[in-house]
Amino acid sequence: MTSLPPPSAKKLGLVIDLDTCVGCQACATSCKEWNTQGYSAPLSDANPYGTDPSGVWLNRVHGYEVKEQGRKDSRVVHFPRSCLHCETPACVTVCPTGASYKRAEDGIVLVNPDTCIGCKLCSWACPYGAREYDQSHGVMKKCTLCVDRIYNEHLEPEDRQPACVKACPTGARHFGDLGDPNSAVSQLVAAREGFDLLPEMGYKPVNKYLPPRPRRDAFTSAPVELAKENGSSIEKLFAWADRLMGGSTKKAPAPPQEDYSGRLEG
Amino acid sequence: MHPAYSVILFTTASGAGYGLLALLGLVGVNHGQASSIAFGVTSMVIALGLITIGLLASTLHLGHPERAWRALSQWRSSWLSREGVAAVVTYAPALLFGLVWSGLVEAPSLILPLGLVTAILAAFTVYCTGMIYASLPTIRAWAQPLTVPIYLAFALASGSALLAAISFAFGSLQLFQVIFTVAALIVLAVLKFLYWRAIDSAPKTHTMGTATGLGRIGEVRQWELPHTATNFVQSEMGYVIARRHAQKLRRFVFILFASALAAMLLALTIPALVIVAAIAVLAAAAVERWLFFAEAQHVSTLYYGAPNA
Repeated sequence: MTSLPPPSAKKLGLVIDLDTCVGCQACATSCKEWNTQGYSAPLSDANPYGTDPSGVWLNRVHGYEVKEQGRKDSRVVHFPRSCLHCETPACVTVCPTGASYKRAEDGIVLVNPDTCIGCKLCSWACPYGAREYDQSHGVMKKCTLCVDRIYNEHLEPEDRQPACVKACPTGARHFGDLGDPNSAVSQLVAAREGFDLLPEMGYKPVNKYLPPRPRRDAFTSAPVELAKENGSSIEKLFAWADRLMGGSTKKAPAPPQEDYSGRLEG
Repeated sequence: MHPAYSVILFTTASGAGYGLLALLGLVGVNHGQASSIAFGVTSMVIALGLITIGLLASTLHLGHPERAWRALSQWRSSWLSREGVAAVVTYAPALLFGLVWSGLVEAPSLILPLGLVTAILAAFTVYCTGMIYASLPTIRAWAQPLTVPIYLAFALASGSALLAAISFAFGSLQLFQVIFTVAALIVLAVLKFLYWRAIDSAPKTHTMGTATGLGRIGEVRQWELPHTATNFVQSEMGYVIARRHAQKLRRFVFILFASALAAMLLALTIPALVIVAAIAVLAAAAVERWLFFAEAQHVSTLYYGAPNA
């Protein structure tokens, strides 16, 4: 049934911290590994060892360069992107067969691989590019929020989380109920001013992203205070030894010149 | 958007077929039985043949054509499903209409209701086709108020040109058919001109900043793709034709419109030219449909380097 169920109280989803993500791809590879043997398996690759490999990934880590206002330098933000399990997912309502559906109990958006006809219309309806067509199986694939892990009683309770969350070495991925304002993930979103992607599209994504914290670096942070010299004989000895070796502790290094040529100094 | 040839063939062929079918229904409503069984059967076979070829072509791009019947189930929410249902349902009155209108079955009283129902269902099917595209908020060039009228106008113009060509072959081409086709072509050309002006001036409201949410911090640029090889989203959604090529093809569509118009008007003295007109309209439909995809930018391209969409 591709008509949407009434909004569920429980809204399972992910919170992704763009401040701590280091772009290591552990979430993407663990996702591929788990889901190539789980629900709607396998996630096939075409020509994996050839010159033009391609394949289905449910989670991909982009990199963006952000130039903050009033700054000359820019920063890199690693940006994992997967299905956001939207509250009003048009990918579900456009499906002509009922293969795409939103679960009434927890809001997870899934594709039934046994009834999908592979028309790809759902991928056209998704603004986030979250659905990928599996050429060799003729059906659409997408993030399942590891529905076969999070309720899996064969796993230890602490392992009942999406594979990407378990794999993240920096704790940048959080899983929980975003429909419950008291849940840890909801509190995190509130504390860190988590945001929606493309909110103007009106899909109401459940997954939230946490913004990178303001940058602290050599240009803006306060200089580290060095211990004041007290003129003791041991210091004089070191100063004498320093002069003898041609060094100087007094001169501050020259500020970096504006040079965008990429030329290395020296 | 990647222009899939099966979808272009489908919408061009079935559009012309439904246009012809709707007009045959109206001819039946207006004139009663066809002038001859041969004319009636030939035109119905061409109309339903084009529709059937189109529907079969549309299943070619499916991953699982054998499951296509499932697409009839979700008409409550999906325009694609509605199109499928409408297409299948239209066959019933259309076949019955073909039998009584062509004179294969003698039942003159049924021509009017069956012709009317056939025409309405044929038009509704094309409307559903247009709505599949017009209802996608992810593609600015498709979610336009003129998308559906253009699908309908193409069906009408190509159906009308086909009907004129068939009538010519049976020696029954009438002045009214020429005038009607010319009028449909002019309406179509005006709508297409307005459509292109609309998509050229519609503001690109989505940016890489809103797509990543990083616009709140500063100016966002793509730094690195998540992979070394092209993925499905890039090849399916990332296809956008260069602007100068698009301009060239737009001019080509208008040249085909003009050729069809000229051929149709010259047919007043050399009737055989209606065939040229019909071919020109179908060619214009195919090129326009290709452009309809190739010019459409998908919002997900924002994640792959497009600054706005």
